[in-house]
Amino acid sequence: MAYKNFILVCAGTGCESSKAIEIYDSLIREAEAQGVKNDVQVVKTGCFGFCEKGPIVKVMPSESFYVEVKPEDAKEIIAEQVVKGREVKRLLYKKDEKTADTVKIEDIEFYQKQFRVVLRNCGVINPENIDEYIARDGYSGLERALFKMKPADVVSELKASGLRGRGGAGFPTWLKWDLTIKAPGEVKYVVCNADEGDPGAYMNRSTIEGDPHSLIEAMTICGYTIGASTGYIYIRAEYPLAIERLKIAIKQAKEYGLLGPKILGSDFSFDLDIRLGAGAFVCGEETALLQSLEGKRGMPMPKPPFPAVQGLWKKPTVINNVETFVNVAVIMTKGADWYSKIGTEKSKGTKTFALTGKIANSGLVEVPMGTKLRDIIFDIGGGIKGGRKFKGVQTGGPSGGIITAESLDEPITYESLTALGSMMGSGGMIIMDEDDCVVDIAKFYMAFCVDESCGKCAPCRIGTSQMHDLLEKITTGNGTEDDLLKLEKIGKAMTKASLCMLGGSAANPTLSTIKHFREEYLEHIRDHKCRSGKCKDLVVYSIDPVKCIGCGLCARKCPVPCIAGEKKQAHVIDRSRCVKCGECFKACKFGAVVKN
Amino acid sequence: MAKMNLEQLRKLREDKKQDLTRREVEGKEIQVIVGMGTCGIAAGAKRTFDAIVDAVNAAGLGDQAIIRQTGCMGLCYVEPTVEVVAPGMPTVIYGKMTEGIVKDLVAKHLVGKKLLDDHIFDRPAADIMKK
Amino acid sequence: MVNAKINGIPVQVAEGTTILEAARKVEVKIPTLCANDDLEPWAACGICVVKNGKSPKLIRACCTPIDEGMDIVTNDAELVSTRKTVIELILSTHPDDCLACPRNQECELQRLAAEFGIREQPFPKKIRGTPIDTSTGSLILNPDKCIRCGRCVKVCQDMQNVWAIEFLGRGEKTRIAPAADVKLGEGPCIKCGQCSAHCPVGAIYENDQTAEVWEALLKTGDDAKTCVVQIAPAVRVALGEAFGCAPGTNLTKKIYTALRRLGFDAIFDTNFAADLTIMEEGTEFVKRFTNAATGKEGPLPLITSCCPAWVDYLEKYYGDMIPNFSTAKSPQQMMGAMIKTYYAGKTSLDPAKIYSVSIMPCTAKKYENGRDKTMYSSGQKDVDVTLTTRELARMIKQAGIDLLNLPESDPDSPMGPNTGAGVIFGATGGVMEAALRTAYTLITGEDLKDVNFTGVRGLSGIKEASIHIKGTEVRVAVAHQMGNIAQVLQMVKKAKAEGKDVPWHFIEVMACRGGCIGGGGQPYGCTDEVRKMRIRGIYDADEASEYRCSHHNPLIKQIYAEFLEKPGSHKAHELLHTHYESKPLYLK
Repeated sequence: MAYKNFILVCAGTGCESSKAIEIYDSLIREAEAQGVKNDVQVVKTGCFGFCEKGPIVKVMPSESFYVEVKPEDAKEIIAEQVVKGREVKRLLYKKDEKTADTVKIEDIEFYQKQFRVVLRNCGVINPENIDEYIARDGYSGLERALFKMKPADVVSELKASGLRGRGGAGFPTWLKWDLTIKAPGEVKYVVCNADEGDPGAYMNRSTIEGDPHSLIEAMTICGYTIGASTGYIYIRAEYPLAIERLKIAIKQAKEYGLLGPKILGSDFSFDLDIRLGAGAFVCGEETALLQSLEGKRGMPMPKPPFPAVQGLWKKPTVINNVETFVNVAVIMTKGADWYSKIGTEKSKGTKTFALTGKIANSGLVEVPMGTKLRDIIFDIGGGIKGGRKFKGVQTGGPSGGIITAESLDEPITYESLTALGSMMGSGGMIIMDEDDCVVDIAKFYMAFCVDESCGKCAPCRIGTSQMHDLLEKITTGNGTEDDLLKLEKIGKAMTKASLCMLGGSAANPTLSTIKHFREEYLEHIRDHKCRSGKCKDLVVYSIDPVKCIGCGLCARKCPVPCIAGEKKQAHVIDRSRCVKCGECFKACKFGAVVKN
Repeated sequence: MAKMNLEQLRKLREDKKQDLTRREVEGKEIQVIVGMGTCGIAAGAKRTFDAIVDAVNAAGLGDQAIIRQTGCMGLCYVEPTVEVVAPGMPTVIYGKMTEGIVKDLVAKHLVGKKLLDDHIFDRPAADIMKK
Repeated sequence: MVNAKINGIPVQVAEGTTILEAARKVEVKIPTLCANDDLEPWAACGICVVKNGKSPKLIRACCTPIDEGMDIVTNDAELVSTRKTVIELILSTHPDDCLACPRNQECELQRLAAEFGIREQPFPKKIRGTPIDTSTGSLILNPDKCIRCGRCVKVCQDMQNVWAIEFLGRGEKTRIAPAADVKLGEGPCIKCGQCSAHCPVGAIYENDQTAEVWEALLKTGDDAKTCVVQIAPAVRVALGEAFGCAPGTNLTKKIYTALRRLGFDAIFDTNFAADLTIMEEGTEFVKRFTNAATGKEGPLPLITSCCPAWVDYLEKYYGDMIPNFSTAKSPQQMMGAMIKTYYAGKTSLDPAKIYSVSIMPCTAKKYENGRDKTMYSSGQKDVDVTLTTRELARMIKQAGIDLLNLPESDPDSPMGPNTGAGVIFGATGGVMEAALRTAYTLITGEDLKDVNFTGVRGLSGIKEASIHIKGTEVRVAVAHQMGNIAQVLQMVKKAKAEGKDVPWHFIEVMACRGGCIGGGGQPYGCTDEVRKMRIRGIYDADEASEYRCSHHNPLIKQIYAEFLEKPGSHKAHELLHTHYESKPLYLK
């Protein structure tokens, strides 16, 4: 016996706190009271986003979308929706208060701030079945390029779309392609940079895993445009599933004649090959990637010459990252006109981000350029885990900087993030809360760069290691104010004099935290204090003799052990032996163990 | 499938498009789609997938249901994610669908025609390909 | 042409000229550390940064081509402080033992630090304590001194195509190391020493054996040996650089005097042995060439073997071509053998009581003197110790000898007097030219009217020429700088595989760019400009020689008459010829 109606009550953290449970209970009570409990099922769901209009209630199959619902509305909802089969007009979400235009669930883009262009097929199609991709207009962009456009037309289309490189720096894609077309030489190459290496970033991996054919289609279009017959996808070996699905997709495309000789019966032939990277972060830098692709040690090379002129095996080469290529597939399918309406004037289209860190809803999101950081973190991401206080967000991975609460309303564009001392980067977004120590975070990223520096150029190779040591000094309570000056001095020289962007941006996390959180650095230095308690060496545990009842639990939990005391007498911690594991602090039921 | 020319590609696309708009696939009314990106698999999506196959068969729905995979739906915080399309029921995405809950899912949603509490999550965005 | 400005000074240069080169043109010096004229810019150090106009970006002058309208600023507060910080960072990973360093006063980092007035080192030292590698006997690798400029790696891989040195490790753990992390002597290294000649600091240097030679020279009483020395052709036109002379300055006769004052008992000239080499190798060539139809005297092309780095390379990389290799020893080893046999006999000395030293432009010669048992043809080690030009300069300075103001003197007889053909052994193409001068006479019985074969001279990597001897064409090729040789050998192999006539009959190979004058043991700072000047010095000496063909050397005639019978005789083979064997690239 099926229900006629389903009422979905958003019971995400935000809505739950605004009485979602009460609404849920009232709805069930009312359904019973009005004798329709067999006609309707009331269910609690996860967060729908759009929390500022919460609590939200959705009704299926009528697709009614109710906002700011109160428990006392339950009676009316049941009476109207279930008993009489009509909507409660006053609760419906209105796009515009004046016109009273209401919105249905099918218009979800109005309340969900995401807009999935790159990820349009992810979570929708079976990535191992080319037919499903084709059914969703897959390979129609290639079709259009091959049979309706000259290479120059494709470039014009890209120019009109306003697409810029999604790998970080935002170089106009059409220009890159055009430079490669104009570079002298018969042999040219298409290379996809799928060497996603920022900690916490996995947009490209998910994109390939969910929709490998988009990449293949776009690279083929690129090959047609620049006159290349070979393309390489450089992907890190740590992405086995993405590699597997790419292999399957390439095989299927070849079987269908969408790759290989005389594609779709045209005169154009193109082949794709996969090359595995060993996981060096620096190989995400395009010149280092090309070195690695040639079988050499992955070390950045001076630019110029740019890859567009002298790239793979010294031949003109287009090298774009996964997201850029996938955007090309969409642009060629849906047209530059459609695409260029998304985003801001200078930053067109969407951007994918991987939300990680102290965020309630970690995940892969895609938003139009120009979306505010606040919308991403608080609406899409559901805010900070456990309701803690937001401290900052790191964009651009180890190359980026920390953006603080003051800048949350900044619309995301290439320019705005750079102006904030960070960068777009590939799209990792790591959210920090008050329990994170900025010095510790700066040290973490610096340690990453120390390991991942290729070692070629002196400023980066030595600068990162010296800066890391200085940060280590500060987090262990041995820092001086002079060390802060040294950090800034090295950071500046490293930023200016490094050969590639790894070194050129490695100081960003440190410099941006010194700028935004100087006080916290000074606390570490002057007061030997870490307010978040992250820097173990600066934390001191002691037992308040007044609160301690001498139960001995802390002493039993202590792994060293370094807590002594008679039964029912106040206990004492031997600080010289304490390893600061915090077990005693967690164990004490009387708040007698003090951490400061 | 042999290599196609332009006309063949267009015809294939039209055929497959009609498949997509039909509720049933390969003559089966029920579709259970499991998010099988690395994030999903890491959270146990492979086990979930297998458990769904077992539970659907155990419920005698084997010949009515197709169980397939897709990429990451973007809801990494509630992996594994499973989308269920069934007649007479709203299409929903369930999160945190670990293998232990699968039996419940099949019993309630597919057999009992009831939605599961506390597991429904929203599709993150509208489908640009539908317009 | 491109028009731009550097520090406001207009400059016009060809398209593609780097900012660094353009700046030199208008007398603006941009400080550099990793840049080297022999190498493509590697752009590692970050010292040569400059600005363009008002752009805040710093660009590397070494690798950035100057563009039309650029307004380059090479010095401002930010540039100076950035460079200074980078130097301080580099110093934080470099030991401070300059006083005891083989590069003391000749170190590019030391000079840079001095120029920047570095008076304190703000960053703590981070020295890794990597062990020193002495396994080759020719070269010493001290990775702790390395500043990772990449020159040695580029030289070894790009210029020389040897691939014995590589970067290993990543980030701060990056180090130069023998490829595959073996000991240098256990890998493909051919001991050419170009790495040591290009290293800006004391990370790779020649195995300094001056102490051993001092000990021999200063020994008295029963232990004392007769110290005999030979100097190679290329040394005479380069040693002066260590004493402030222009490259190419020929100090032959002052060097003889200096060697005497150092205490050597007999001074011979390797040029003489070069004449001897020509007699042997020229004869070998003529035999092979005139018997080409049967091949019974060995296959063509004949390939020269005077360069020990090349010998090592061939044994490791082209073992299948050993039959093409001339069996004639190098002049150093011929001289060594003659000293301990012919000279010992003439002077009634016990060969065991002779201490034979060679002064060479080359680090591989240190390896050659013990290469195999044919290097002991006198029953003793024919050449006891080889010193490089750099080591000799050090000894002269240590002895307080005022080289430039010394009186001139002549070498000792019988193995001093030599010809122009001997001296040109020091430059690329010289062995070939000297051989052709004699081969012509050996075949025709007549002397050449013009002995100059200018086609084989100069710095192009591969040179070809052909001469007609009695209506027969002799085709020759000359390759120098190890990286250029593969192309030549591949063409030979291809022709042979296809059953075609070989492209050349005679091939000269020298491992170092420019030949021995550009050797790995020569004074630091070698560039193509320097090479050209040294080569000029060599050919000037040739022109000024009384005899210009080896077979005209009266003492060569005498040595055959008195001792060796004739070129290619049994005795000559015993003392003056050697053999080769194919070797693995890696011992393990």
